[in-house]
This record gives sequence, structure tokens and C-alpha cells, in this order.
Amino acid sequence: MAVDSPTLRDRFKLGLQAPICLTWELTYACNLACIHCLSSSGRRDPNELSTDEAKALIDEMAALKIFYVNIGGGEPMVRSDFFELLDHAVARGVGVKFSTNGTRLDQEKAERLAKTDYVDVQISLDGADAATNDAIRGVGSYDAAIAAMEHLAAANFGQFKISVVMTRQNIPQLDEFQALADRFGAQLRLTRLRPSGRGADTWDALHPTAEQQRTLYNWLVGRPNVLTGDSFFHLSALGESLDGLNLCGAGRVVCLIDPVGDVYACPFVIHDDFLAGNVRDEGAFTTVWRDSDLFRSLREPSSAGACASCGSYDACQGGCMAAKFFTGIPLDGPDPECVYGHGETAMASVPVALRPGSTVDHSARVPVRLGLSASRS
Amino acid sequence: MIDLPDVATATFDPTQAFQLHPQVALRDEEFGALAYHYGNRRLVFLKSRKLVDLVRVLEAHPSALAAIEATVEAREFDRYEQALAGLVKSEVICGR
Repeated sequence: MAVDSPTLRDRFKLGLQAPICLTWELTYACNLACIHCLSSSGRRDPNELSTDEAKALIDEMAALKIFYVNIGGGEPMVRSDFFELLDHAVARGVGVKFSTNGTRLDQEKAERLAKTDYVDVQISLDGADAATNDAIRGVGSYDAAIAAMEHLAAANFGQFKISVVMTRQNIPQLDEFQALADRFGAQLRLTRLRPSGRGADTWDALHPTAEQQRTLYNWLVGRPNVLTGDSFFHLSALGESLDGLNLCGAGRVVCLIDPVGDVYACPFVIHDDFLAGNVRDEGAFTTVWRDSDLFRSLREPSSAGACASCGSYDACQGGCMAAKFFTGIPLDGPDPECVYGHGETAMASVPVALRPGSTVDHSARVPVRLGLSASRS
Repeated sequence: MIDLPDVATATFDPTQAFQLHPQVALRDEEFGALAYHYGNRRLVFLKSRKLVDLVRVLEAHPSALAAIEATVEAREFDRYEQALAGLVKSEVICGR
């Protein structure tokens, strides 16, 4: 159900005692090299939080009553202590929703996950067929994801999620994604492509057209059971609001902890300009969340800026901060994918070369090989 | 991801005894509280401090009505009865 109370949404803008939606990227290491990776993952950072530091952070989450944490990466399952941390979190009442490319999710791991209460699994898949998916996620990644789903199904895991980043190439496959989810009794989760990380280099070629955005919106309106992570609120300007808070939660209800403990305003702004502090600092995560200058400023009332005269501002709230930032649009300007086309006009005034680049990059220096025997050509 | 309690249903009988659902945890916030249900994994917002107080004292009273009378002013009885009915439906509270 959409949050229909403006007072509650206004309250959220002022921030909360702890985030509602906390994402924690466990590692920058990844055995894939997806061309839109929002965290430019690939190589493990030698300064990654240790097992003990990670456990202390989980304890802090429990004390803050953060009821669940969204774990990603990189590929979180490549951490050798992945299950140790998972069990530690679940035992303390911090549920885990984790995203994986599925390559490490064999039958044994699936059985183990099925025995763990309070864990949600999201298998990432960006095409309903191998050709579409593998063009983005790498050769063999489609088969690996499907194999992981089969392992979960065989282990009677229950309802897992299939998580799709919507692109120009896969929006025509919406019904096929739903059919795939239905085949596994899975829930479909669709999220927005951001020009973040390596996505900055590929966004122009991958992001949906205006017509496709309309198609997506109309498709979503009739399907409240499809999850979206509240990521398409910029489309609410097209009509009735989609499910969710319908606001930019960065630093207000949302934040990201990266593998080295750096705390960013949201998962899509791994950039020095949005770095609030580090969990290794005195006062740890709690102090960063409650007292950092950056988060305090994000909770200040913001002006509608260039969107003030638009009748849809209340619906779309000016859209996504990260999408604006990485396309060179001022933060009080329109979303680059504004449904009225104001974003395209704003982008046109900023040469691509002047867009802020990534300041954090762990991309692999050599081409990544999946090493899977069953790859499709 | 985030849900609010639905509208009141007829199944709520305020003369019965209620409690915070054993699988629900509350986190206090200035506007009220977040209620998280570890079973159905839904997050519900309690949108006033008084509603949070009411939910917390439910188990100390023989009925929801008695808890309401002890917590809020008479002119607000109906509103809070409706709020509790919504919380029954979203399984934040349950009979005991």
C-alpha cells in the first residue's frame, strides 16, 4: 500500500533513529563483471571489514533495531565467512535479504539456506533469456542464475526473489520475467537502472526510453505483488503513485555501508561527495547515521528547485538524487528520466565529459571468466 | 517493501483481551514507532506516540476497551479502536 499520509512522508524526510532500508555491500570481490554494476565491483579491497568487525556491526544493527539488512556486493557469497555472518545476524534478530548472482549457490548451500529462518534470497537476472542477460552480466551467467533457482526449488527454500534491473533491452520481456518467476513460485523484483558505478559508462545505451518507462509504469500499476524497492517513484508523475514511500530516502531512511565500512547516503552514490563517515570511526555507525554533517544536511528541507512550477512535483519529488548527480544535473533539478522530458533538456546542457565520474572503482583489471562448463554461445 | 495497516475489519472485538504479537518488534521513533513482524516480514508504521503507548499496555488490561480507556481521552475512543482493528488485521497485535 502506498504511503498516503503526507505527514508521515514529511516525517521521514527529517530522518529516523535508524535506517529502515540499510544496504550493506559485504565485499567488492565479484566473479562477474556486469557492465552496469552500481558499485564497480570486481577486486576484493584489502581493507575490507574483518569477520570480527562485521559481527560487531551486526550487533550494532541489532541494538538499533534494524530489523533486516539488505546484503549485496560484489558477490557476497564469495566471502568465506558468509554463512558465519548470516547466522550471526539471524540469531540477533537482524534478518538478511541478500542479492547474489547465483554462481556459488549450489545444492548444498541451497539446503543450508532453506534451513535458516529469516533469510531472503534475491537472484539477479537481467534478461529473460541468455542472450539478453549475458550481454550485461557475462557469458554463462544466465545458466548459473537458473541453476541457482533450481537448487533453491529442489531444497524447498520457499519463495525467493528474482531481481531484475530494468533496461532498454529487457523491458519488452516483462511478461517473460513474470512467467519465469511463476515457474519457480518466486516473486519478481524490478529495480531501476542508475548511472552509478560502471552504470555511468553504460547508462546512455541501457536506460529505458520514455515510451518504455510508460509501458513499465502501466505494467506495474496492475501488479502490486511485484516488488520495486521503491525505485520507480519518478514514474508516479504518470498517474497514481506506485507502492512505497515515494521519496528519495538517501540519508533519511536509507543508507549504504560499503565493504570497507564507509557509509554513503544510498547504494547508488558510492562517491566522495556522499560519504558520511566510516563504521570504524569513534561512535561507529550510530554516530555516522545520527550526527554526520552530510546526513544532517540531507534531512534539511529541500527546495523543489527547477521543478517548483511543475504540477507533478508532489508525486515524483524531483526523482532520484543519484541519477541526477551522475548525469551532471543539479540536485534540485529534474530527474534525467523525468516523464515530461525535462531531464533530457537538463542533461543536454552538460557535456558527457563533465559528468562526475566514479571516485571508487574495484573493477577487475583483466577480463573475468566464469569458469562454468555449461555456457551458451 | 513497506506496508501500512489496512482499514478496520469487523472481526475485531474490543471487549476481548489483546497483546503485541509475539513475533513483532517495535522501534520507537519521534512520529510513533516502526513495528516489524518477523513472521510475515511486514513493516507497519504506528503513526502516533499514543498509539504506541496503547499497544504496549494492551497486555496489562482485560480488554482492548479497558486499555483504550486507560490511555486516551474519551473523544478519541473511536479513532483508537479503529486503529487497533487495523493492527489486528496487519497482525501487529493479536488476541491473548
